[in-house]
Amino acid sequence: MTMDRILFGDNQFFGVNHMSEEKARAQAMRFRTVDDIIQVLDIAYEAGIRTFMCTTHDAIGGVADHVRAHPDRYADFTFYPGMPYAHKYANAVSELGVMETLKQFAPGGVVETLWKGARAGLRKDAEQLMNMLVDAEMKRFAGTKTPVIFLQNVVVDLLLGLGMAPMFKSFNDYVRDTYGAEAGFFSMNMPRLLDVLESVGLENPIICCNYNKIGFRMSGGVDLYDRTLESGRVRCVAMSVLASGAIRPEEAIRWICERSQIESIVFGASSRGNILQTKQLIDQYSVGVQA
Amino acid sequence: MSETMVRVGIVGVGKMGLSHLALFNAHSQVDVTGICEPQSFVASAVESQTGIETYKTHEKLIDNAPLDAVVIATPSATHFDAAMYAIKKGLHVFVEKPLSLSAAQSWQMSQAALHAGVANQVGYHNRFIATFGEVRRLVHEGAIGDVYHVEGKAFGQVVTKPKSGFTWRAKKSEGGGCLHDYASHVVDLMNWVVGPPQSVLGAKLTNIHSKDVEDAVYALFGYAGGFSGLLETNWSDEAHRKMSTSITVYGTNGKIHADRQECQVFMKPGHTVAGYPSGWTIRYITELQGPVSFYLRGEEYSAQVDSFVAACGARDTAPLNSFASAYETDWTIDQIMKASGE
Repeated sequence: MTMDRILFGDNQFFGVNHMSEEKARAQAMRFRTVDDIIQVLDIAYEAGIRTFMCTTHDAIGGVADHVRAHPDRYADFTFYPGMPYAHKYANAVSELGVMETLKQFAPGGVVETLWKGARAGLRKDAEQLMNMLVDAEMKRFAGTKTPVIFLQNVVVDLLLGLGMAPMFKSFNDYVRDTYGAEAGFFSMNMPRLLDVLESVGLENPIICCNYNKIGFRMSGGVDLYDRTLESGRVRCVAMSVLASGAIRPEEAIRWICERSQIESIVFGASSRGNILQTKQLIDQYSVGVQA
Repeated sequence: MSETMVRVGIVGVGKMGLSHLALFNAHSQVDVTGICEPQSFVASAVESQTGIETYKTHEKLIDNAPLDAVVIATPSATHFDAAMYAIKKGLHVFVEKPLSLSAAQSWQMSQAALHAGVANQVGYHNRFIATFGEVRRLVHEGAIGDVYHVEGKAFGQVVTKPKSGFTWRAKKSEGGGCLHDYASHVVDLMNWVVGPPQSVLGAKLTNIHSKDVEDAVYALFGYAGGFSGLLETNWSDEAHRKMSTSITVYGTNGKIHADRQECQVFMKPGHTVAGYPSGWTIRYITELQGPVSFYLRGEEYSAQVDSFVAACGARDTAPLNSFASAYETDWTIDQIMKASGE
């Protein structure tokens, strides 16, 4: 399966801005309801952007409901869910502790069963628990197209640091077998992650990572990322191409499009003007890039 | 820096311990040789997938695992016993914030670490955020003239409803509450930028939802230079998606406001320093923060681990965020409690 060249992101809807808290707050004020989000998604969809790459924030459930309710209008609308919406869990862990949090988010009774169960099977239990959390997050996307399911970088990079590589393989197999989807991995450590994914047999994996001219949140640096990309071992989705606004759009997009092995570019924007301009720039600089 | 590997044990694999385990484990100069966690599903899963040995108590970990250093990320009330045990065994020690629940204990720990000649560091990661580092640099270079006021703030949504809180963070006796858990970060940041206050002139610990602990802390500081400081922290503010910390410093020649993302500097007409002409200048984290070799949750967490590993290699007893500076933070916290009547 090929991914679209342009994916639409969702940070702007949830007050995420890596450069300015004021801007983030202004965005949070603008997108108070699901309708506010859908209005912007419609602009992107009408401009020909078919894939919405989103976290599993509660509000996204409302977007999925809307898409499901209008099948004719959104015939090509595709979600790439990225799970989990980490702050939901992080805040809960501070308040409830790890076990209570898992109990809250996994279906009833299962965690207690695992906890009381045979310790010998703990490795399998951890994988089983992750599967149940995936199911809980995927419920809201039932009946929509989700050909790629991503694991968020907070979880990916935590597992990467811990050295729990089998979890990646487990996630990959579970979303393939249960949802007919390919696994994708967000990471701030793409080259290192690729080595580890290959070590558990995941060849040519989909990795979504920061990729920008100033090397912002690219662990190991631009040169290492470029060498890894050129090796042809990874299907790369570039995010934070503008480095949260630190690079001017035209310069940023020309630079990323020079890297012909980047498969997709994800960007988020709130205004019609910015959406159309960014799409136009990517189209313009991508001429001759894709097969 | 020494090229030899530092063998590290992680005491406590909860929210922060798990993050430390990942960061230390990913570090090219660290071997994580053991973890201590009495009853965590997560720790068991880590052991079964990574083979890192798990011990039930910090004594067993320290006595049995081959170690040069430990990271202590247990509930705050237990930091003292675990850290003193490690220091007596000659191990370098990294402790999560706050260092302890009393200035007296923190003083003892800082003295013990100095006498043992071991590296000692506390997890006040704000000091590794480049925007805050820029504030400190500018203030120390006198860029905004004489400081006459400082404000430190933090807001977030940790406790958002009554009856919540199953963990030690909801128990005062174990170090729970907005003061030790949240405000400590801001106090430490203010201390780093302008030095600790001479006195706490007034303070109010406010319960919003919690029963046993405060959810907000408001305090007024007086400094030796005659200037004032204001502390405002609230962990029950759902208007913030995640913890947001900021500092503002007012000087006779200008003012500086910074958060994790940006450093905004206003220089009065006729006053300039390198890179900051008169009027507003904004510098962003994207240009100020240096790269890290492994990223998880924020560059500052990786940078503080790098700093501690370097301190272990050099046997540096006074790195950034030493026990001695964390003692000053705990002293300030003690004064806030006294001023509030607690």
